[in-house]
Amino acid sequence: MTINSEKLSGNLKSSNSVWKFFTSVKLTVIVLLLLAATSVIGTIIPQNGTEQFYLQKYGDVFFKLFNALDIFDMYNAWWFVLLLILLSINIVVCSIDKLKTTWKIIFPDKITFNIERFRHLKHKEVFELDHNLETIEDKYFEFIKKNFSVAIKEQILAKEKGNNYNNEELDKNEKHNDKRVAIFGERGRWTRFGVYVVHLSILFMLAGGVIGSLWGFKAFVAIPEGATVDSAFLRDNETPVELGFKIRCNSFSVTFYDTGQPEEFKSSLTVIEDDKESFTKDIIVNDPLRYKGLSFYQSSYGIDSAKSALFKITSKESGMTYSQKMEIGQTIDVPESGGKFTLTDFVHGYNFQGHNLGEGFVGKLIEKHSDKHDKVNTDKHDEVNTDKHDEVNNSDDKNHTDEQEIYIPIKFPTFDKMRRGEFSFEIEDYEKKYYTGLQVTKDPGVWYVYLGFIFMIIGCWITFFMSHQTICVEMIKKDKGLNIIVSGSANKNGQGMKLKITDIASKMKQL
Amino acid sequence: MNSSIILSITTFVYAFASVLYIGSWTFKKDVMAKAGFFILTAGFTGNTMGIILRWIESYKIGYGRAPFSNMYESLVFFSWTIAALYLFVELKYRERIIGVFVTPIIFLAIAYASLSPSISDKITPLIPALKSNWLIAHVVTCFLGYAGFAVAFGFSIMYLIKPTESGRGLQISENNNKAETHLHSLFSKLPSLDLMDELIHQMVMFGFLFLTIGIITGSVWANSAWGTYWSWDPKESWSLITWFVYAILLHLRMMRGWHGRRIAWVSIVGFMAVLFTYFGVNLLPGLHSYA
Ligand code: HEM
Repeated sequence: MTINSEKLSGNLKSSNSVWKFFTSVKLTVIVLLLLAATSVIGTIIPQNGTEQFYLQKYGDVFFKLFNALDIFDMYNAWWFVLLLILLSINIVVCSIDKLKTTWKIIFPDKITFNIERFRHLKHKEVFELDHNLETIEDKYFEFIKKNFSVAIKEQILAKEKGNNYNNEELDKNEKHNDKRVAIFGERGRWTRFGVYVVHLSILFMLAGGVIGSLWGFKAFVAIPEGATVDSAFLRDNETPVELGFKIRCNSFSVTFYDTGQPEEFKSSLTVIEDDKESFTKDIIVNDPLRYKGLSFYQSSYGIDSAKSALFKITSKESGMTYSQKMEIGQTIDVPESGGKFTLTDFVHGYNFQGHNLGEGFVGKLIEKHSDKHDKVNTDKHDEVNTDKHDEVNNSDDKNHTDEQEIYIPIKFPTFDKMRRGEFSFEIEDYEKKYYTGLQVTKDPGVWYVYLGFIFMIIGCWITFFMSHQTICVEMIKKDKGLNIIVSGSANKNGQGMKLKITDIASKMKQL
Repeated sequence: MNSSIILSITTFVYAFASVLYIGSWTFKKDVMAKAGFFILTAGFTGNTMGIILRWIESYKIGYGRAPFSNMYESLVFFSWTIAALYLFVELKYRERIIGVFVTPIIFLAIAYASLSPSISDKITPLIPALKSNWLIAHVVTCFLGYAGFAVAFGFSIMYLIKPTESGRGLQISENNNKAETHLHSLFSKLPSLDLMDELIHQMVMFGFLFLTIGIITGSVWANSAWGTYWSWDPKESWSLITWFVYAILLHLRMMRGWHGRRIAWVSIVGFMAVLFTYFGVNLLPGLHSYA
């Protein structure tokens, strides 16, 4: 039994000391210092880069060291998270510990005032009045009641009078049979809760962060204009996630200022559910689409392909140039009966003798070698016939020498001339088909974070700018007139309270 | 008259006000501090007009945006917030001399904006991410916070160079050195230590509240533009670091009874963090296009 109880008290003691450890504000200061100091690291060493980048920047040895310490993703590293957990436990334990006493202060059995306490205050306002006590007493009581939430009037008994004034002047003139009345006032007891609201708000924010990382995700999806998707890809590992509905990008547009800076990115999105169009919304940066717990943010864009192109076709023989607008997939007759040209595709890059020529169009050209007779004798009607005939011919015999794939880059207008064909093609203009890049986010924790934000602001406001203030107006009846002493204190912001006492006293003089 | 000219003039008015405040302290002439207050008020008026005019100009150009979106504008606004806060404090506490180390900060911020060759006063259009009502809320609150810390910094310096009544005062009267006595009486001219201590605390609380709101509006904005309320970009991290430093200060004062010189030092460290958040972070890669 003895051993057991010793063990028990030992346990109690050790749990007690753990409790003590977490109630200490020293710990708070140290943890906050560590959080601040380590956060600096993450701002100096770029986060979440690639391995090659780090190897190149820091060398092999430091790379291994930093990597072992998770410094390349330090805000998610175990030790950083541990600091946050320590902070949370610290806040919880500390608040519980202090709340007991604060609670008693805020909800006392009976509100009492101790006149001695006020008499010891350094800052007092003292003045004399000619009125008699009875008339001024009620006025002052009403005044205090109006300015403070609680007002109490007390007769001061002879034995309480004492001579504990800091004010010698008053002491000298003191007579023991003077009649004295004190009016006490107070307000803002509840403001002592403010600091708990602040601390609670931090817990809400951290909880929101945890909820978000457990049950939320960040993904990305690129949708070409006109296309529909039903899933997005996680930022971290590219795994697809189902959206639960379909989303179509109707169009994307970007506008520019005359300085060349982008002015606005806009995507028109349609939500499709059960193969029915549900609704359409234009999103821009700062105005996302929110639906069923998911949010779609305008985050990037790019050129997916082209819708159409305007070609300049130059004939080598006549030197004439022709403008021709074409859609992808369209086939045209080359002017001057030069043959047939089909615009097959838009490509992002094209390899030409080891060089990438960048974005451009690919087409299929069937040149008809210029034959004077042909040119003179054909009218449009014939031409079509001939073409049809040709096509049949082509597929019949295997003579393909006339058909070639040509590439027309956007950046290099003279490139097609080098082919030395009968006709050269050049892009005058083209209509881009964009894709819109959407950040897709699900974050069920965000509301907890926002609630924390609101608590934080309210809590700070209460703790910083409101206080528990008490005031005492003591009135001493003299042979001629009254002596009035106004004093007061607050649990914070002593200077402000001093000013307030001065202010109140001067108002009372006027009453 | 365009806004840049008004703001350049304001710079010189602020310079004049600082000279008067410093002079009133050096020559122990209260009149100069009084004059300083009026000149400072004049500068503040010019500053206000400059900002409003710039706002109007941006509409005339067709960009139509609040004047808080590049380094030049933010510095001008920084001066404005410090001046506003300081004028408020001087009026409320009826202490003139406390402006000695605050007015130079007001001047330096706007002077840096007006005179630095690397800071352009051109009105540029807003990129899409900055087009949000949160921009105004975010910038205004952040800079009110910075202003609180800047004023606290000025008071802290004042606190630290003022000798304590007992300690150094005694030494000086012993070795009867004239110059030192003069210096001593100069420092004694500063407001009482208790008041300074209190004012530092007040300003830190003011700054802390607004920095808090600034960080919060920033993250709400980030969430509406990019879908993440916190992404640990260097500017975000540094504002959080600053916030931690001042949270430490508040706890040291409230719970560990730190006062006076020690708190003044922590407040100076805090302001260094503010400056780094404001200027230093631009040297690091990140999302914020300016301060
Ligand atoms: C980032 C974290 C924290 C923030 C932002 C914060 C904020 C604050 C603020 C603003 C005050 C009021 C100070 C004043 O009145 O001037 C305060 C007071 C206090 N804090 Fe914290 N706090 C944090 C963490 C903690 C932790 C972890 C503890 C745990 C020990 C703690 C314990 C206290 C205590 C005991 C007080 C004084 C309460 C009173 O006046 O009775 N704080 N805190």
